[in-house]
Amino acid sequence: MRGVLRQLWVCYRIQLKVISSDWFDGVLAVFFPLMFATAALLVYRVNGDPAAMQYVGLGAAIMGMWTCQGVIASSLLSRERWAGTLELVVATPVSMTRVLVPTTLALSTVGLYCVVATYLWERWVFGLELQVLSWPLFVVAVLLTALTLATFGFFLSVTAVRYRVSWSLGAALEYPGWLLCGFVVPLAILPAWTHPLSWAIPTTWGMAAVRDAASGASPWSNLALCAAVGIGYAAVAAWLGKVLVESARRHASLSLR
Amino acid sequence: MLTNARIFFVGGLLSYRSLFDWLSPWILVPSLLVSPICQVLLFAYIGRGAGVGNDEFYVIGNALSYAAIPCLFAMGATIEGERWGQTLGIVLATPARRIPLFLGRSLPVIVNGWFVAIVGILAGVVLLHTSIPAHSWPALLVAVAVASTSCTGLGLAMGAVTLRVRQGAVFGNVLFCVLLVFSGVNVSLDQLPTWMARIGSWLPLSHAIEAARGIADGESLVEVGGLLLDELGIAVLYAVLGLVLLRFFEDESRRRATLDRM
Repeated sequence: MRGVLRQLWVCYRIQLKVISSDWFDGVLAVFFPLMFATAALLVYRVNGDPAAMQYVGLGAAIMGMWTCQGVIASSLLSRERWAGTLELVVATPVSMTRVLVPTTLALSTVGLYCVVATYLWERWVFGLELQVLSWPLFVVAVLLTALTLATFGFFLSVTAVRYRVSWSLGAALEYPGWLLCGFVVPLAILPAWTHPLSWAIPTTWGMAAVRDAASGASPWSNLALCAAVGIGYAAVAAWLGKVLVESARRHASLSLR
Repeated sequence: MLTNARIFFVGGLLSYRSLFDWLSPWILVPSLLVSPICQVLLFAYIGRGAGVGNDEFYVIGNALSYAAIPCLFAMGATIEGERWGQTLGIVLATPARRIPLFLGRSLPVIVNGWFVAIVGILAGVVLLHTSIPAHSWPALLVAVAVASTSCTGLGLAMGAVTLRVRQGAVFGNVLFCVLLVFSGVNVSLDQLPTWMARIGSWLPLSHAIEAARGIADGESLVEVGGLLLDELGIAVLYAVLGLVLLRFFEDESRRRATLDRM
């Protein structure tokens, strides 16, 4: 058990260093959603409705977490392939789950930088102070959202293993995620057929829990749903990881670009 | 003259086909078809949620703004890609004149940007039922072409900088974000803070977007002609800046022997 925890910690720490010191994965992953949050805040500011500004301010703070996970996690295995290390990752006695999950947790940690950066940006640039009635519950909701996003990122990274240019898939997921998770647009105004898609993303429930915590309501039911959906993705990803890696080994297609 | 024309047209097309690797359908479809549509939808719904503007405002703004993606990245790729292909030294050692050599590379990029913006507008018409009068379409196509040209001018300047700065993808994304916030894409310049509007008026897209919105509201090409001329002026400004920077960084990289450094 101690060995497992050590491996997870070492992997997480190394990946966090690699990701956060990279211009694309670390700096741009914070800057890009921050600028989109700025654009959304500028739109909402035209009417100047304080309640609407609170709504978009909270969502904008969380939406960067989606960018860090969705865009980068999709291409995690492709990056290993480009670096020539994918075979090493697959050949280690440690399962791929134990390599990928700490990596997506590192991505979620960069997502937490985004939350803090956007919170400060809103406060200093827009003069918008977010009203959070229960800070402990708010922090719990944000952390659990980050944790379940890591499981979703794990799912994305595994399913995109056969897609050689999966970075483009990840980039294409960015806007739909921002729409479907209800960060800056109330889900109620989206077409009804999109609602099941929103419910299938753990971050939707996480975002709802964050709003509950901020408004003083109980976030626990939404957090439970967030955790349940996240665990579901983790289970499917762990199974898919085994199947797809076995298939890639059998067809000798692991390193094909 | 004939050689210059050949370098401009044939060289430009060959360079675009070989260096802009987003032409692979696996990249083109998600990056240049799905994403612009999703950006249009995202901001149209943000507008609805905020109760600000109408769908047409966001469709035009965001469709034209997304033209910047291929324009910036393709121009960056056609210059930075030479380094990755280890052919940059060969290109710069040729006696070919630089103006047709690099401006020729921009022509297919302009067409690409135009196409991406039109996809975004059509998606707005189909998915959001945005109404654009039939007689406005020819003028709208011209406005989109002008927007794409000015973004390509900025792309040329960006490509020149990538002779020195190695992070072309990061740089392109940063410029795209600057255009998104400052160019009146989602909030018109007169509703932005004055300092932002001033910066925006010197950036690509802002005049073309305003002109395209006017055209979609029924104005004629003549009525928005001044805005389009301003946008073309900005295109020329950035293209000239790009050519000057290319010359400067080329000389610098020869002097410092940094041309092929990755």
